Amino acid sequence: MRMRSVPALAGIAALSLMATACGGGDGSDEGDGSQEGTLVIWSDPERSDAIQAAAEEFAETNGIEVDVQNVSFDDIQGDVVNAHQAGNAPDLFLGAHDWVGNLMRNGAVQPIELPSDRAEELDETAIEAMSLDGQLLGVPYAQENIFLMRNTELAPDAPETFEELVETGTGLKDEGEVGEVLAMAVDQEGDPFRMNPFMRSAGGYLFGQDDNGEWNPDDLGVNSDETLEAMEQIAEYGEEGEGVLRRSIDVENDAPLFFDGDTAFFVAGPWNLADAEASDIDFEISAIPGFEDGEPASPYLGYQSFFVSEGGANSALAEEFVVNHVTDPEFVLDLYEADPRTPVQSEALESVSEDDPNIAAVADAAENGVAMPNIPEMGETWEPLGVAQAQIIGGEDAREALESAHEQIAERIGQ
Amino acid sequence: MAADNPRPAGTPTDGRPARRPLPGGRFAARGSLTGTLVKVALLGLFTALGIWAVLPLYVAGNWWGIALTVAVVALVYWVYLSGRTVPAKYLVPGVVLLMAFQILPVLYTMSTSLTNMSDGHRGTKEQAVRSIEAFSVVRTDGSEEYTLTVATKGDPETGDLVFLLTDEERQAYAGDADGLEELTGATVEDTGKVSEAFGYTLLSPNEVNARSDELQEFAVPTGEGSGIRSSGLSSAFEGSALRVYDADCDCVEDRETGTVYTADDDRGAFYDEDGERLAQGWQVGVGFDNFLRFLVDPTFATAFFGTLVWNIAFAASVTFLVFVLGLAVAMTLHAPRLRGKTAYRILVVLPYAMSSLAMYLLWRDMFNADFGLFNRMLGLEVDWLGDPWAARAAVILANVWLGYPYMFLVATGALQAIPRELSQAARLDGAGPWQAFRYVTLPLLMVAMTPILISTFAFNFNNFNAVWLLTQGGPFTSDGTMAGGATDLLITYTYRLAFSEATAQYGYAAAMSVMIFVIVSVMSVISLRRSKALQEVDR
Repeated sequence: MRMRSVPALAGIAALSLMATACGGGDGSDEGDGSQEGTLVIWSDPERSDAIQAAAEEFAETNGIEVDVQNVSFDDIQGDVVNAHQAGNAPDLFLGAHDWVGNLMRNGAVQPIELPSDRAEELDETAIEAMSLDGQLLGVPYAQENIFLMRNTELAPDAPETFEELVETGTGLKDEGEVGEVLAMAVDQEGDPFRMNPFMRSAGGYLFGQDDNGEWNPDDLGVNSDETLEAMEQIAEYGEEGEGVLRRSIDVENDAPLFFDGDTAFFVAGPWNLADAEASDIDFEISAIPGFEDGEPASPYLGYQSFFVSEGGANSALAEEFVVNHVTDPEFVLDLYEADPRTPVQSEALESVSEDDPNIAAVADAAENGVAMPNIPEMGETWEPLGVAQAQIIGGEDAREALESAHEQIAERIGQ
Repeated sequence: MAADNPRPAGTPTDGRPARRPLPGGRFAARGSLTGTLVKVALLGLFTALGIWAVLPLYVAGNWWGIALTVAVVALVYWVYLSGRTVPAKYLVPGVVLLMAFQILPVLYTMSTSLTNMSDGHRGTKEQAVRSIEAFSVVRTDGSEEYTLTVATKGDPETGDLVFLLTDEERQAYAGDADGLEELTGATVEDTGKVSEAFGYTLLSPNEVNARSDELQEFAVPTGEGSGIRSSGLSSAFEGSALRVYDADCDCVEDRETGTVYTADDDRGAFYDEDGERLAQGWQVGVGFDNFLRFLVDPTFATAFFGTLVWNIAFAASVTFLVFVLGLAVAMTLHAPRLRGKTAYRILVVLPYAMSSLAMYLLWRDMFNADFGLFNRMLGLEVDWLGDPWAARAAVILANVWLGYPYMFLVATGALQAIPRELSQAARLDGAGPWQAFRYVTLPLLMVAMTPILISTFAFNFNNFNAVWLLTQGGPFTSDGTMAGGATDLLITYTYRLAFSEATAQYGYAAAMSVMIFVIVSVMSVISLRRSKALQEVDR
């Protein structure tokens, strides 16, 4: 008899314990996802404090808490899509414009309708880049593009053409002033983002555009004669040619080459500006030069924007935030202070350009730029095209490399 | 006297057959106070865990999940409160954890491999339809833009929603679910916002936000298929949905172009006559299609064999080299006369203590053809990451460096367990140092080392980081990445196929994981069988 009573007692005690544990569980349930009364924003750690501060006013006006959570920028898209499926996505998140295709087909975001007075103040290309089938999927606030940074001590004048750049750079190298003509990340697996201005300048193209400027995934140009010629022209500067473009230069060592004064020219991005200003190098920013007799070297333009998740608990305030707050010059300038990128809001851009000649120069270097295609097919091109470009720089046959890249992309995008 | 002493559990009582003593001694039957308290605490903790798991399941309405959780909790209670389930008391924790962390994921992967789950096919058909309709709402050309004030009739929390709208001429309207009508006697501010209106309760931002879900669905009807919707808290526009789902034909019609997209429940998307699809699809079962796609693909068939051979060679050579190196270092540091053993041991173990991710990136830098440490220091001109054989050597080299400290630790432990007298005896019997090692030390060592070697092999067989962070599977031939790179393992190769940067194809990836799982299991079973044979010899 005694044997039974102890376990029975244990059961009752366990039940009472479970009641207390239950009470504790409610409190700790505040997880990642959106909850009514707290506007949850996902941002990369670099910008989260700035967003938190810049959103304070909004929070006060509307009587809501704002909670900015850190997610590594590369993970935001995938995490949002997964979280949306599981029903705990944030209310708002920071992202890049080329995510729109994937976000749309997964139904993870909510389309936005901007009142015309708000939309007019934003850069038109930015709005187009954020739209798919006539729907605006997020509100852009900043633009990014690559540019040429040069060491003014070594190369006082901005080169007009790529040939001129190579001539100046080779001269410096022959004199022993520098070790490299140009620091441009080619990478072992290729870097089509940086290669794009040169490929376009030489006449190559990835996707065609229809009359309305919409990207046409059916017109894939990787194995076209134009692209082949372009890549052959670029290969003249590759490892088997002049040795200006080499696979051993990648995103890890390109900046150190420039900041150590080992090269006069550097294909850089806004992410290098902070380091550049901290370094002892005297530098200037100009557009990436194209080939003589070629097309303009248009870099890809990327847009940073805020998205509203579909079905969030605070969708009304989340919408209000992107419609009336992200388009507000003061908010954009607050963010700029923490993380300098070219604003797309015209008033903010004006005020920033006056104070910061570098940002003005970066914006000027974007003059010939094209918005990176935002169709979902775009994502399928990076790796095959990159590998092909790296092989061509390494001295392999351009036709073979481009043919197999084309075949692979075509298969992936279902052609 | 026997009668004065409490009987130890299991001692025969007069006239009854002896019961075997239960494992767990006196805790099994009676339990001391501490034992009971520990038991109560653990059971309480487990129950709390169960409730913590049930809450989200309840919110999601997943009754099967709740039933399963309750069953597991009930089972645990029964096992630990009943006196008759002693063996189960030892087995249950392990079995439950095995089910939760090993068997469930495998089953889940297998079930996913039979679906088309991928980007654009994640959710249900209802979700896809909702998304298609939401993304087809466009602003009516030349339509009015309104300044919006959200109000209700009656209570802010439950009253019917009303949009108080002002157009550019500052004319105010009230719009509810029945339609739009002019509003008179309202106070309109300079911004266009209505600050007072008779018969309506104006909502604060917070109150509007609390009704976000309703607001998503709400539109003031203005005509056939069109309505006024909100955009934020203070603007509204007139728009209409261009694409509408019709349940009768199970299709979506585009009102602008007239195209009809019919649902294809085999492929999980809406297709028109020309085979063009709408981007938003849903998840459907596709049977063994993912496996067939994997086997029938001609590029894959040729790439598979080459990749498999290199994969086995990679895993085997890394395992062999870390074993030889780890053992050699362990033997050296096992020598009795050596001074400062601890310092050496710490130094040797260092690579194991560092983050392998960072180490791989460091090795990648060191292998850089122009700026890397190896070529610069040794004056070489090897294209480490660009030449197929050099890249293979590089991958193995980096992994041996990262892997041998572990083998060294295990070997040191095993060596210390072997009495030195054994090899001394062999030496007395006239065996040379090599013979003593080969016939005495090594066989004893292998008893402890064989399972470790098998697990090292299985680990390296799927060592994704090792290859992805160093070479990403490259260098590639001019046939492109589909043909497989020189250092591609099956796992990196399939990762590239299934998760290209834009589209994650979970169904396809799951099918490939199942195939790799089968390959690794077969190889592990064979090696474990062989290692058992080895132990028999030792006895």
